[in-house]
Amino acid sequence: MYGIFLSPIYIGAQELVLQKDSIITINLDEVILISARKALDYHRQPKPLSTLDEYLESSKKVDMVKRGAYAWEPTLNNMFSERLSVTIDGMRIFGACTDKMDPVTSYVDVSNLSKAHIASGQQGAEHGTTIGGAIDLELDRGNFKETGLYGGLETGFESNNQMSVVGAELNYSDSKFYVDTDIIYRKAENYVAGGDEEVQFSQFEKYNVSANGGYKIAEDRALTSSLIFDEARDVGYPALTMDVSLARAIIASIGFEQDNLWGSLRDWKSKIYFNKVTHVMDDTKRPDVPIHMDMPGWSDTYGFYSQALLKLKKHQFLFKADGYYNKSLAEMTMYPNDPNELPMFMLTWPDVRTANGGVYVEDELDLNGSFLKIATRMAVQNQNVADEFGLNSLRIFYPEMEKSKTRFLKSISGQWHKMWMPWHLNAGLSYGDRAPSVTEGYGFYLFNSFDNHDYIGDPGLANEKSMEANTKISWEKSKFKLTAEANFFHIKDYIIGEVDPSLSVMTIGADGVKIYKNLEYANLFNTSLDMEYAILPELKWSGLISYHLGKDNNQENIPFISPFAYRSSLQFNSRSFSAGLRITGAAKQVNYNPDFGEDQTQAYTVCSLTFGKTLNFNNDSMYAKFGVENIFDENYSTYTDWKNIPRMGRNFFLTLSYSIN
Amino acid sequence: MKTIKSFIATFIVALALTSCTSDGDDNPKMEENPMAEFNLLANIAANGHTLELYSEGKNGFTTGYNEIFVRIKDNADESYFIDPEIAWMPVMHMMSMNHSCPKSELAITEEHNTVAKGYVIFQMPGNADEFWDITFTYTVEGQEYTLTETIDVTAPSDGKQKVTSFMGSDDVRYVLAMVEPTDPQVAINDIQAMLFKMENMMSFPRVENYTVALDPRMPGMGNHSSPNNLDLTYDNNAKSYNGKLSLTMTGYWKLNLKLLNATGEVLKGEDITDENEASTLYFELEF
Repeated sequence: MYGIFLSPIYIGAQELVLQKDSIITINLDEVILISARKALDYHRQPKPLSTLDEYLESSKKVDMVKRGAYAWEPTLNNMFSERLSVTIDGMRIFGACTDKMDPVTSYVDVSNLSKAHIASGQQGAEHGTTIGGAIDLELDRGNFKETGLYGGLETGFESNNQMSVVGAELNYSDSKFYVDTDIIYRKAENYVAGGDEEVQFSQFEKYNVSANGGYKIAEDRALTSSLIFDEARDVGYPALTMDVSLARAIIASIGFEQDNLWGSLRDWKSKIYFNKVTHVMDDTKRPDVPIHMDMPGWSDTYGFYSQALLKLKKHQFLFKADGYYNKSLAEMTMYPNDPNELPMFMLTWPDVRTANGGVYVEDELDLNGSFLKIATRMAVQNQNVADEFGLNSLRIFYPEMEKSKTRFLKSISGQWHKMWMPWHLNAGLSYGDRAPSVTEGYGFYLFNSFDNHDYIGDPGLANEKSMEANTKISWEKSKFKLTAEANFFHIKDYIIGEVDPSLSVMTIGADGVKIYKNLEYANLFNTSLDMEYAILPELKWSGLISYHLGKDNNQENIPFISPFAYRSSLQFNSRSFSAGLRITGAAKQVNYNPDFGEDQTQAYTVCSLTFGKTLNFNNDSMYAKFGVENIFDENYSTYTDWKNIPRMGRNFFLTLSYSIN
Repeated sequence: MKTIKSFIATFIVALALTSCTSDGDDNPKMEENPMAEFNLLANIAANGHTLELYSEGKNGFTTGYNEIFVRIKDNADESYFIDPEIAWMPVMHMMSMNHSCPKSELAITEEHNTVAKGYVIFQMPGNADEFWDITFTYTVEGQEYTLTETIDVTAPSDGKQKVTSFMGSDDVRYVLAMVEPTDPQVAINDIQAMLFKMENMMSFPRVENYTVALDPRMPGMGNHSSPNNLDLTYDNNAKSYNGKLSLTMTGYWKLNLKLLNATGEVLKGEDITDENEASTLYFELEF
């Protein structure tokens, strides 16, 4: 009876409540709701058909690096992709662009997803090794709920870049079988920054189709599968020298779920998956390029995981084994201005094969009045340069370099939670390391337009090791909630590019060549204060201020560290009407590093206003949301805006969602 | 077609010889045609013999370094002479004068006692009015023979400079030729070159113990250079200048050079700087 009650297949709602009780209290996880399965949830979405990037940006810990209007790169605790674990339903996937134009989050759309789980630091180690934390995007699925057939149509329009969005979904779910299908299409022209400044090459077009289903082969066993096809074309990157003609991903998985394994092991979930990413850069539409080039890249990943829970008296264990195999290949062909000369070819990612296998174990202990969560991940990772041409290229720099390199990766963390109502205290200590990314280890003359340098990897880099401490104190009463939190990362062998003056630039116009090096250490510090106050049951005010600092061992500033930032919002929700006023801003950047192409980012404040209304027709319902962003048409850029490209100016949006039940 | 014919011919000869019973080291080592994989450049019939010239990779004589294999067939019985003594003298017949070029001796190869090997470095191609010929003087069966054959020397098909003839600051005329790489890779390549001085019109002795400084550049890529190159220094065993050449990508490379004598004086060539994009002494590669 106990087992059945807890089974995630049997009934979803109870499961969710239980998880909330047991996990949210200990984890400092942040969950961003993306899909609105119920009409009520619409209120919680500031902008229903916005891009996934905008959803993630609403997180307290995530900042988005913008190189254009599309495919923003998430950063967490001021750390970038290579220090994060970004997964889709626990599946590892890696972008195929050497210039980070295709973060993993660009290959899914909001129509595919139900939630984004954001975990800070080593608490994100469940899905893979990480330093800064993890973002896991949970796919939206029927999950054997008795909801029958239902569908929806959505459309949206944004005035600033004339973006139109059309989406449709059709789903069926009962206790034996479910299938979810959806399709979404977006097309946007150039956007206009504050003060009528058109940002050239900021257009994009993309579509995404997905289907996932589950079938119960027995009362306690189910087979699941998912398939996502995502393709973007004609994507402009105004901050870069190149655009993208094609970015395509196929993401597929087959899973098996069983309520009970042996003994007290339960909730056994296993999945095998593969994904294939193709990315083609294009500069043929740019005027005045010094030399035309083709830069395609490919990243294929095959992986699996299998996990089970074990609940003993005071313990709740999660055991997980996982592995993946990734092939990363990217090439560059440059066409000389003299048509009689042969094209110039190099491998920028030399077909690096990464094989990673690991085990993850966590235990949540009930210590009579406080909880302790201990988690560890042990992994072994091998990287092998499969292409002789690429290996010989790298051996120009590292004549003694081995073809293959194996690393052991470790993570251990402890997180303690104590309550003295209305006080909560969370404190954690952890250690984790990571291997260099393909770019850091094997990149060959990768141009970084931000600091205008070519970058070359070093396969002999040491693992980067992070020691992390975090604490969070909150005070919660029914109407008022105040949370103060801070984390500190001491990162040994911090990997960053350093100028090698002896090297000659490859990219025409570049200022120099940097080689990835291990710094002795770097320290990163993040702190924030978060307040919520329910003025009326329907009216809630929230505010957040945050401060960040990052220094290396010479007390030099680490690049891309947020200045003092704040946001404040007032949200009104009634049964059928909602309204929100939101202010976000940052102070002038004080700590920046010109050696990495940074300049001082000016202070800014932007305001937005939204209204939502739900209308019911018999069984069906329609939800309309209207809003205006950057009301005062401020021309601004933030510290994460690549080469200071300005953000969008005043923008009106309207979205309509019609759901058929 | 020629190679097939000669292969069949040697095959028949081989059969005939293996069916004979005479033993001993004097026998031509003819189990297989040693030149089967080579390109026949010339077939010169004279004195009842046929002189065959082969190259390993090239289809003709080109300016720069040419490695050449020679063997002599006795037309009477279609056999090849063992350990022939062969000397050669290439001559350029110009409008106003004649001159020769750097060359090695022709020495019998270790693998095959019917085949002699050597190299010749043509500084210039022939044209409608000016041409190269080679005079071979060889001794077989105790008798010396001579023959002269006109050959067609062309510039390499890619038109890239693999040899250069220049006047040094010491008023000596030098010839510098690139031997390797013949098949350049995106990698650290071995680079090999040979240096000769022009003693007179007909004599080009080898120059030893100088240094050839190397600075490879891509003029099409803002004069991009590569790391971990090694200047060419004289290798007494190989009798050539050897160094390391890094090529970071395919395409057109200009190998800027500087020739320094044994005391370190620059005889030819300049450093590459922002103002000076190329040296007057250089080789070219495109792949």
